Amino acid sequence: AALNDGLRSQVSAALKEGRVAPTELCQRCLALIKSTKFLNAYITVAEETAMKQAEESEERYKRGQPLGILDGIPVAVKDNFNTAGIETTCASNMLKGYISPYNATVVQKLLDQGAVLLGKTNLDEFAMGSGSTDGVFGPVRNPWSYSKQYKEKSVPKSHSEESNWVITGGSSGGSAAAVSSFTCFAALGSDTGGSTRNPAAHCGVVGLKPTYGLISRHGLIPLVNSMDVPGILTRCVDDAAVLLGSLAGHDPKDSTTIQDDFEPFELPNLTDVSKLSIGIPKEYHAPGLSSEILALWSKAADLFKNAGAKVVEVSLPHTRYSIVCYHVLCTAEVASNMARFDGLEYGHRSDMKDSTESMYAATRREGFNDVVRGRILSGNYFLLKQNYEKYFVKAQKVRRLIANDFVKVFRSGVDILLTPTTLSDAAPYTEFIQEDNRTRSTQDDILTQAANMAGLPAINVPTALSKRGLPVGLQFIGRSFQEKQLLTVAKWFEKQVQFPMIQLEEVKRHDSGVFQHQKSASFS
Amino acid sequence: MRALLLGRWLRAGPGPPRPESRNGGNGGHRGNGGHRGNGGNGGHGPLRQKVSVEVLDHLEHLALVDFRDSEGVERLHKAIQFADQLHEVNTDGVEPMDSVLEDRCLYLREDDVTEGNCTKELLENAREKVEEYFVAPPGNIPLPKLEERETFLQGS
Repeated sequence: AALNDGLRSQVSAALKEGRVAPTELCQRCLALIKSTKFLNAYITVAEETAMKQAEESEERYKRGQPLGILDGIPVAVKDNFNTAGIETTCASNMLKGYISPYNATVVQKLLDQGAVLLGKTNLDEFAMGSGSTDGVFGPVRNPWSYSKQYKEKSVPKSHSEESNWVITGGSSGGSAAAVSSFTCFAALGSDTGGSTRNPAAHCGVVGLKPTYGLISRHGLIPLVNSMDVPGILTRCVDDAAVLLGSLAGHDPKDSTTIQDDFEPFELPNLTDVSKLSIGIPKEYHAPGLSSEILALWSKAADLFKNAGAKVVEVSLPHTRYSIVCYHVLCTAEVASNMARFDGLEYGHRSDMKDSTESMYAATRREGFNDVVRGRILSGNYFLLKQNYEKYFVKAQKVRRLIANDFVKVFRSGVDILLTPTTLSDAAPYTEFIQEDNRTRSTQDDILTQAANMAGLPAINVPTALSKRGLPVGLQFIGRSFQEKQLLTVAKWFEKQVQFPMIQLEEVKRHDSGVFQHQKSASFS
Repeated sequence: MRALLLGRWLRAGPGPPRPESRNGGNGGHRGNGGHRGNGGNGGHGPLRQKVSVEVLDHLEHLALVDFRDSEGVERLHKAIQFADQLHEVNTDGVEPMDSVLEDRCLYLREDDVTEGNCTKELLENAREKVEEYFVAPPGNIPLPKLEERETFLQGS
């Protein structure tokens, strides 16, 4: 089995048939993590516990009793999910050294199915950001910066690699980089404004944002309670469906999960798209959208049309206010959610002893970075009595208008919306940091944010390489709780575009089977 | 389901008032100037007034985080400017949306104890504790006033 195999079709089969052992798979991934350390994708690598899990999995396979498809599969988890016994930092000084006493529900589900938890991945501090550049452990580097495809297209400079590297996007950049560089088969991210889909697009992997209420948030350190969802990052759509199957479902510990029964599903191989209606929202032709991505989007629409699907232009008139609305609601909820960090029960605690208030203030002063503090202060401003109606309630009203836009469009007979995921391919780090975090977030989240506002499922599918040799993805947005339809269409599209595999030196060294066939990333 | 937003209860009193829709506020509504209606680059209009030092100080007290420097205050001003674009939208007769799952009933489970008794684990992460107590410095002591504090805002 090669490191780039799809779960369902190849790795799981290989494990079951004994062609590869879980411990061997784990070791290879751990070795690759070491040799790709420069990517800074991982904050914590749980080597010992991972090997132990791999050994236990091996025992189960020997007895012929694997727990399921995920048994023995190495996975990574974004560092804002609680993991028992493993440090959970949210890339912040506030939680450095914090060892969770419990597993987030989604982590527990993965472990219950035998998955091997390799480690916790890097992110923007408290998931605030769109570059994975603002965490205390430093920025994450996009593996594609070191790919043959990117290097071939870059202008040779004297110190090219060091200054040329591009960002992963964020905030789940570490998870996206981990999946993209083959150090794990799947990773968990979180998605509040696009934090799973954005890095997925920049790193050339599949990024799924499930419907709000489908997957438990228990144990996911919250940013915006009404919009957060755990995100799934994999190398192909089929794998995303497998992960979804193991994670979705009601959780009594999270009262915002719906009570409907969830049936895991296998994705059919769609051959006939003539009954499908694809909507192209014209407002997603946002200012700043690169001509390259516009062309790709257009080409994708034609792809569906030529295959017999009905492709219509639709309108989501309040799209451009989605980012403003998000800005207010996010900062308001952040102001509330970050109040728990006071140094008393967990996390960083200042040495200040004069009074509770001064200890809290000093702790928070020392623990949070500028971005976090900025959002807390803005949020508190919008929640002041004199501003409450003007900003917070107003934003809630605009939110309803945005959600209603989608309802109207889906009611008119459209099944799936097709939009770009990002405005351009990944920017070089040196360029990205020229603007501050909030400005970047407002620019980069524009195409992904509205789905969070309305709670809809959305997925990024890697589509093609830009002329700089970097991945570009397109986004599909579906109806609430219709993940099966969304993923089925995404899988069809993935098959049509045949996105190229990343060619990385490090991976070549560790897994000689990888480059023998220049196949696409989808192995279904 | 109606999500419990702590912020709402603490700040707006016993319940959310339902005013007639007005783009109110003493600053008036910038209906004519500034907005280019271009949300793509975070279109900003001209800032009509800076936030007063009293409010900034009040925010630092409420949030228990500091602005730290003029950049921090600038950040707030830009955030407000950006948020002001909301007032372009006509929301007459529109109800605020708390949650996308508002059409469903909140799950209520039986009032039975199913877990707990994890005092030891919960105390592990606290830096200062005595027996089964978290230890805090003395309470009911308000932060010093602006003039007495060492804060960037003093110089404003």
